Amino acid sequence: MKEAQGHNKNKKFGMVIDLDKCTGCGACMVACMAENNVPFREDESDKQLGTAWMRVYKMTNGKPFPETEVCYIPRPCMHCEGHGGHSPCVSVCPATATDYDNHTGIVSQIYTRCFGCRYCMAACPYHARVFNWWDPVWPADMEKMLNPDVSVRMRGVVEKCSFCYHRYQRAMEKAYYEERQEIEEDEYQTSCTQACPAGAIAFGDLNNPDHAVHQLVKPDNRHGGRPKNPHAFRLLERLGTNPKVYYLSSREWVIRAGDNYVKNEKTGAGGH
Amino acid sequence: MSTQDDQTHAVSEQETEGPAAPIILFFIIGFAASLVLGWGIFPKLLYSQKHQPINFNHALHVEEVDDGCESCHYFREDGSFSGIPNLESCMECHEDVIGVSEEEEKFVAEFVVPEREVSWLVYSRQPDCVYFSHAPHVIAGKMACVECHGHIGESDHARVYEENRFTGYSRDIWGKNIAGLAKHPWERMKMDDCSKCHVRENVNQGSVQTQKGGCFVCHK
Ligand code: SF4
Ligand code: SF4
Repeated sequence: MKEAQGHNKNKKFGMVIDLDKCTGCGACMVACMAENNVPFREDESDKQLGTAWMRVYKMTNGKPFPETEVCYIPRPCMHCEGHGGHSPCVSVCPATATDYDNHTGIVSQIYTRCFGCRYCMAACPYHARVFNWWDPVWPADMEKMLNPDVSVRMRGVVEKCSFCYHRYQRAMEKAYYEERQEIEEDEYQTSCTQACPAGAIAFGDLNNPDHAVHQLVKPDNRHGGRPKNPHAFRLLERLGTNPKVYYLSSREWVIRAGDNYVKNEKTGAGGH
Repeated sequence: MSTQDDQTHAVSEQETEGPAAPIILFFIIGFAASLVLGWGIFPKLLYSQKHQPINFNHALHVEEVDDGCESCHYFREDGSFSGIPNLESCMECHEDVIGVSEEEEKFVAEFVVPEREVSWLVYSRQPDCVYFSHAPHVIAGKMACVECHGHIGESDHARVYEENRFTGYSRDIWGKNIAGLAKHPWERMKMDDCSKCHVRENVNQGSVQTQKGGCFVCHK
């Protein structure tokens, strides 16, 4: 693999979501849709046809009252690194419409290149990808409110969370203007991170020890990014998708829900 | 098949020049016709011709301003590029007619007085899915305007804007040459042109799929 720009250490943008803080309000979903020109329909009740990039799921521990506990779990695209950037979706795309960038760790999706075969949707273990069954229709004046930094999609293509990549482009643009090569942690934050009223979402460069995300989970890059923090976990960790979205929880049943464990198996949070 | 038959026939009758000649002639006429159609008529049908609202004279302006191109095409403080100036910028000088040209008179009467933005046709406007930023090229990469835009600063009139009837894109994107050939960067602005330079300069070559530039470097 070519490692261009030797002076520039590769970044690995990632997200840490504290499930003890998430209240399930859905502000992240709304902020994401508004920021990324995500289309919606008048009747959004059929979730299988919805196009939300960020979705909040509800889980319970399955116990009867009074032991019932609820946990909400927001799910963006995990920007899986797999081994050497071979994310499940990137590996299957016959059109090179989705790609892994070694410099940022972001899985890109190019709508004009996608021809809608939906292999990637089948490959993604997290249901992070959605298909546009219709051309987007925005109510009356909403078209004027679209974000010019994000291109709109047409029917017949797949879309997914981009970690608000256009915000990175914007931040880099300003950095170049000020003759810098690097950006600060707060210069590139995703829309959902900023919208969360509970402050449950942290975003930054997992490779940078100064960034909150690194300090929260202490990712172990030699072991596929597994978290060293015992309260941190990733969804379906053992699939080897090497996701860049980490979850935090102090509750054992929540951590167990993150992967398929047999009955008496230890969760071994932190992968030890 | 019939060609072969004819040829055998011709050889057997010792008439090599006979029926073969019209066939070659037909071929040449057909070939010429398709060339004329493809290289001459098709581009004319494909592109509609539009004229700028004001016949802008770059050469004249460059002479008058202090800062060269940057006098009107400047960076904003957030690093974004102003591109084509808005009416306000023009009005810094042209609140009233200051010269003798008819175009300026028209400009003041039609746009300055009613305070109407000029609907310039942007030769270099890229499709919606393309991300381009001037800052990394001009500031970090230290490229001069002329390296990509050519000698536009020396032109004394606005050339015709050709719009692709199907896509609505400017002809400058595909390039003047219908075969897509170009010698200079300002003759064509397709993805391969971005990529060519990025590969050469080794910028952002982080893609796992292509081993070249990451898609999000130039897409949004
Ligand atoms: S979460 Fe799904 S869409 Fe995102 S990188 Fe992983 S496999 Fe691809
Ligand atoms: S639907 Fe589009 S992005 Fe997904 S695999 Fe097919 S071409 Fe690639």
